[in-house]
Order: sequence, then structure tokens, then C-alpha cells
Amino acid sequence: MTGVPLIEVENLRIDLDDGSRRVAAAEGVSFRISRGETFGLVGESGCGKSITALALIGLLRSPLSIGGGVIRFEGREIQRLSAAGQRELRGNRIAMIFQEPMTALNPVSPVGRQIAEMFVLHKGKSWREANQLAVESLASVRVPAPERRVNDYPHQLSGGMRQRVMIAIALACGPDLLIADEPTTALDVTVQAEIIELMRNLCAERGTAILMISHDLGLVANVCRRVAVMYAGRIVEERGSADIFRAPSHPYTQGLVDSLPRLGSRAALGRVRLKEIAGVVPAITGFPDGCRFNPRCAQATDICRTAAPETDLLEAGGFVRCHHHA
Amino acid sequence: MKLRANLVIGGSLFALAIIVGLLAPWLAHTDPVMDANLMNAEEPPSWTWWFGTDGQGRDIYSRVLYGARVSLTVGIVSQLINSVIGVALGLSAGYFGGWWDDVVNALTNLMLAIPSLIFALAIMAVLGPGLTSLLIALGLTNWSFTCRLARASALSLRNQGYVQAATVLGYGDLRIMVTQLLPNMLGPIVVIGTLGMGSAVLSEAALSFLGLGVRPPFPSWGSMLSEARDQITTAPWLSLFPGLAIFLTVLGLNLLGDGLRDILDPHSRSRRT
Ligand SMILES: Nc1ncnc2c1ncn2[C@@H]1O[C@H](COP(=O)(O)OP(=O)(O)OP(=O)(O)O)[C@@H](O)[C@H]1O
Ligand code: SF4
Ligand SMILES: [Mg+2]
Repeated sequence: MTGVPLIEVENLRIDLDDGSRRVAAAEGVSFRISRGETFGLVGESGCGKSITALALIGLLRSPLSIGGGVIRFEGREIQRLSAAGQRELRGNRIAMIFQEPMTALNPVSPVGRQIAEMFVLHKGKSWREANQLAVESLASVRVPAPERRVNDYPHQLSGGMRQRVMIAIALACGPDLLIADEPTTALDVTVQAEIIELMRNLCAERGTAILMISHDLGLVANVCRRVAVMYAGRIVEERGSADIFRAPSHPYTQGLVDSLPRLGSRAALGRVRLKEIAGVVPAITGFPDGCRFNPRCAQATDICRTAAPETDLLEAGGFVRCHHHA
Repeated sequence: MKLRANLVIGGSLFALAIIVGLLAPWLAHTDPVMDANLMNAEEPPSWTWWFGTDGQGRDIYSRVLYGARVSLTVGIVSQLINSVIGVALGLSAGYFGGWWDDVVNALTNLMLAIPSLIFALAIMAVLGPGLTSLLIALGLTNWSFTCRLARASALSLRNQGYVQAATVLGYGDLRIMVTQLLPNMLGPIVVIGTLGMGSAVLSEAALSFLGLGVRPPFPSWGSMLSEARDQITTAPWLSLFPGLAIFLTVLGLNLLGDGLRDILDPHSRSRRT
């Protein structure tokens, strides 16, 4: 990791204003992604993955706001950019695809036009050129007969095809970072595998970094070189993917790994949801004192209930946030 | 099939009115203004005078044809003005919210509180009678329903996945409003616009009846009714035919609006796949 990282998050805190008071929906979130790197963010529903992603592209909206910390894209602080400056990053340098390919496309606009709009908007192309480029983009995500498909409306395409179109839109301008927030949960298993493969190959070819967000540690570890595990608004462990499977350090991560099928059968990408850890995720307004995992942790001691653990750097690289980590 | 019936009948009536207006010079038997001849005054309908003649011997049939021009021009143009104002205000209010929404809401409530015809009358009183004044008066006073509708649509549409996706992709506010919101609310806006055209035709008739519309002797359906009101018992055809023309045009626009609502309804649209 030499030079300036592509994106750098330092001690990010995201506030949720529920009318009467502010609570931290996420805090102490730090990570870096280098050019072309693949980075995963894993955790149960509601732990703060999506809001972290939104913070990265400057799109937190009330009642959520950035309460502290710094986000830098190529060394520039995103919060300091003007609205126009942020907009220029979005879609152009940082792109994002979502869980729901059904609703993320405009139903009354042909898909080709939606791709072409990106070239017009960010690259100043004429509509003629842009329409031509849209056909090429569709071809690059392996949509058959792209020159005909550009005229299709979203409802004429299958879920998998729509997600391909979303990827084409997201990668149209050759972004440096692709954020994929649960990009395949709405799709069935075989289509999921195809889409993930496609996304990974395209990004690898073009040197686009990926921030992949999912419930599914298996899926994320398969795509990403490094993984951060998030629990109740904090990153509790960040490691290389292989390490995290071989020797998970945080008790929560251990639970996640144990709930996955053995390594050999991981080919069944993303079929398993991480639900087997006993207890429930604490509500955002009622995070326990000390370590937020302590009510569910078998190794918890008194200190865990009073003091929040600091990050411990691990010898093999990465860090963990636990008083009694392995 | 019932869905189609109102569309076909309504569309035909409206198309007929437009064709009649456009082709009036060729379809008319006489010049609507110049061919007055007291020898033929107040002839009842006959083979020579299809719709009869008025007190100055002018052919009512020809005058009704030419009258379509004023009624439709006023109906279409003033409703277009209303639609543009209503969509611009409502869409932006729903999308941006905040103080702008409050301002637009207050304005809309004000417009709804004053009967639009009274408001139009007031504007006409200032501008004086004539076609341009009619267009302005009716174009500025009937946008509140479109505005309400556009605002409500924008409020629900702005939370749609594709609108948020557009934000994430770097679309600016204007681009989002024009490419993501507007096309998705167009159906109901067109329906309201069609119905609004019908009421503009009626308003034109009312204002012309009151002598505030197009100045006689050039015919409009409203002014023809106005001139005919003293002879309603002695020469009923003078009011019957322009009245019928208004009735059929407004009926056609209402049926057309209903028919469009049926096919533009998002539920029936998804059934097309
Ligand atoms: N617009 C909002 N208003 C209020 N609370 C919100 C809002 N968006 C998110 N939150 C809260 O912030 C927390 C984190 O939400 P976030 O969407 O980041 O979770 P997530 O990790 O992405 O979960 P999932 O896996 O279900 O997508 C949740 O507790 C959620 O309820
Ligand atoms: S800090 Fe304590 S409670 Fe938290 S994970 Fe570690 S051992 Fe468990
Ligand atoms: Mg999420």
C-alpha cells in the first residue's frame, strides 16, 4: 500500500437524529481501499453497512449525517467538496449498484438510453456517440444482441439481465471504485454466481476497486482480498480473506465462520445466511455499554461490559477489536 | 372492450372538432362574418341552411364550424399553459420539499380557494376582452389540480429505487426531475390535462357569453350563445347548435380523459408485458 490510497475512511461516525437526540449509528469506522483492490464489508442486517457506503459518496440524508471523522478520495476530503464536486465523483469516479435490479432502473426509459445518459452526463458526449457507446457497454456485460436490447424497457428483461444493465451503467464511465451493496440477494443462486463473476472480471480487467457489501461472509471472501466485519456500527475485525477463514480472531467472526458450510462446499456461493449466532442484534438506540457484542458473547467478562475494546493490530496484518481475542 | 369504447368515442369527438376547426374554410357554406343577408334572417334549419340562420341572415352551420377554432385554441393552449405551470411548480415542490414546498402549497391553496372562473374574470377585466386575454386568463387560473397531482407524484416517486440510483450516479436535480420523475407521472398529468381542456372550453363559452371573450362578429361558440339568448324561444336553433358543439366537444374530452386513464394506469401497463 504505497502512495495515497484510493479511498480512506478515518474514524467515521454517522449520527442518527431521531428527533429528540442523536445516536451513533456507526462509529470509529476506519478502512482504506487501494487502487484496484477488492474490499468486503460484512455484517448482519442493520449493522451500518449501507449507511457507511452512502457516507462515502456524500449521500447521507437527514435524519442521518456524518458526525465525525474524515473520508478521503484520492487524498481529497469528500465532505469539503462542493455539491457539484461530489456529484462529479458520483457515477463517474465512484459508482454503485444495488440489491434491487427490479426498481433501480427507470421503468419508462429504454435501458440503452439509461446507459447512454451516463456518457452524456459525465463525459460530455453527444447523444449519437453515447448511444453507440451504450451498445458497447451492453456487449461488455455479455447481454446478447445488445444492438437490439438497447431499445428494451426494463420490464422486458429478466432480473439477471437487469442487474447486468445496472453493472453496465455503473461501469460506463470507467469508475475507480465500484460499491456493490448486496448486488445479488434478489437473484437466484446460479444467476448470482454469474453476476458476481462478471462484476469481478470486469473490475479486474479495468483496474476498478470493489467495495462489496453483504451479509454473506462466504460470498465476500470469495470476491475480496480483504474483509472487514461490522457489528452494531463498529468494525470488529479486518483481515485478509484467507486469514479470516483460517483463524478468525473476534468471537463474532468466529461465529460467522462456524455458521458457514465447510470450505470445500463454499462453491455454493452465497446460499447461506448468517443467522446462527445466538441472541439478537441490539437496537441502534440501545447499544450495550462496553463491547457491543457482550450480551451474545460466550467469552465475555466484566471488562467487556464496561469498556469498549480498542483496536489491536494483528501480526499477520489487519486488526481486531476485542479484549480477549484469539 | 368497455375500456376502449370511451377512448374511441371520446377520441373521435375530439378529432372531429379539430378537423372541423382546421377545415372550416372548405367545409363552410358561407363566410361566417361577411355573408350577412337580412333577406335570409332567422331561417329555421333546412336543406339550404343546415343549422338555420341568425337575425342577420348568417349561416349558423358555417359559424359553428369557425367557432370550433376559437374554442379549441383556447381549450388546448390555455390547458398547456396550465399543465406547464402546474407540473413545474408541483414537481419541484414535491421533489425539493422544504420552504419551496410551503410556498407552492400556499399558492395552490389560494388558487383552490378562489373559483377559477372568478379569477379569470378578474384578469379579463384588467386585460380587456380578446383571444390573447382569454388564453392568459384561463391559462393562469386552472393549474392547481395539475400542481397537486404533480406534487403528490413527485413525493412518492422520489423514494423510488431508480430515483435514488440516479442520485448515486451523479444526476443533478434538474436531470432527475426531467428524466426520472416527469416521464413517470406523465400518464395522470395527461389525463388531468384532457379533462382540463374540456373545462377550458366551457370557461371560454362562459366568458364569451358574458361578452369578455372573442369580440363579435367573429364567432365563438360562447359568443354565439350569448347573442342567441334573446331569441331562445323564437329561434331555438341559434342556441341549440353552438350548445351542442360545446356539449359534444366537452363530452369527447371527458371520455378521452377517462379512456386515457384506463390505458395509462400503471397497473394495466404492467399487464402489457
Ligand atoms: N433513513 C434512515 N432513517 C433512520 N434510520 C436509518 C435510516 N437508514 C438507516 N437507518 C438505521 O441505521 C442503521 C444501519 O442501517 P444500514 O442500512 O446501514 O444497515 P445495513 O447494514 O446496510 O443492513 P442491511 O444488511 O439490512 O442492508 C439501521 O439500524 C437502520 O435502522
Ligand atoms: S470484547 Fe468481550 S464481549 Fe466483546 S467480543 Fe471480545 S470477549 Fe466478547
Ligand atoms: Mg444495507
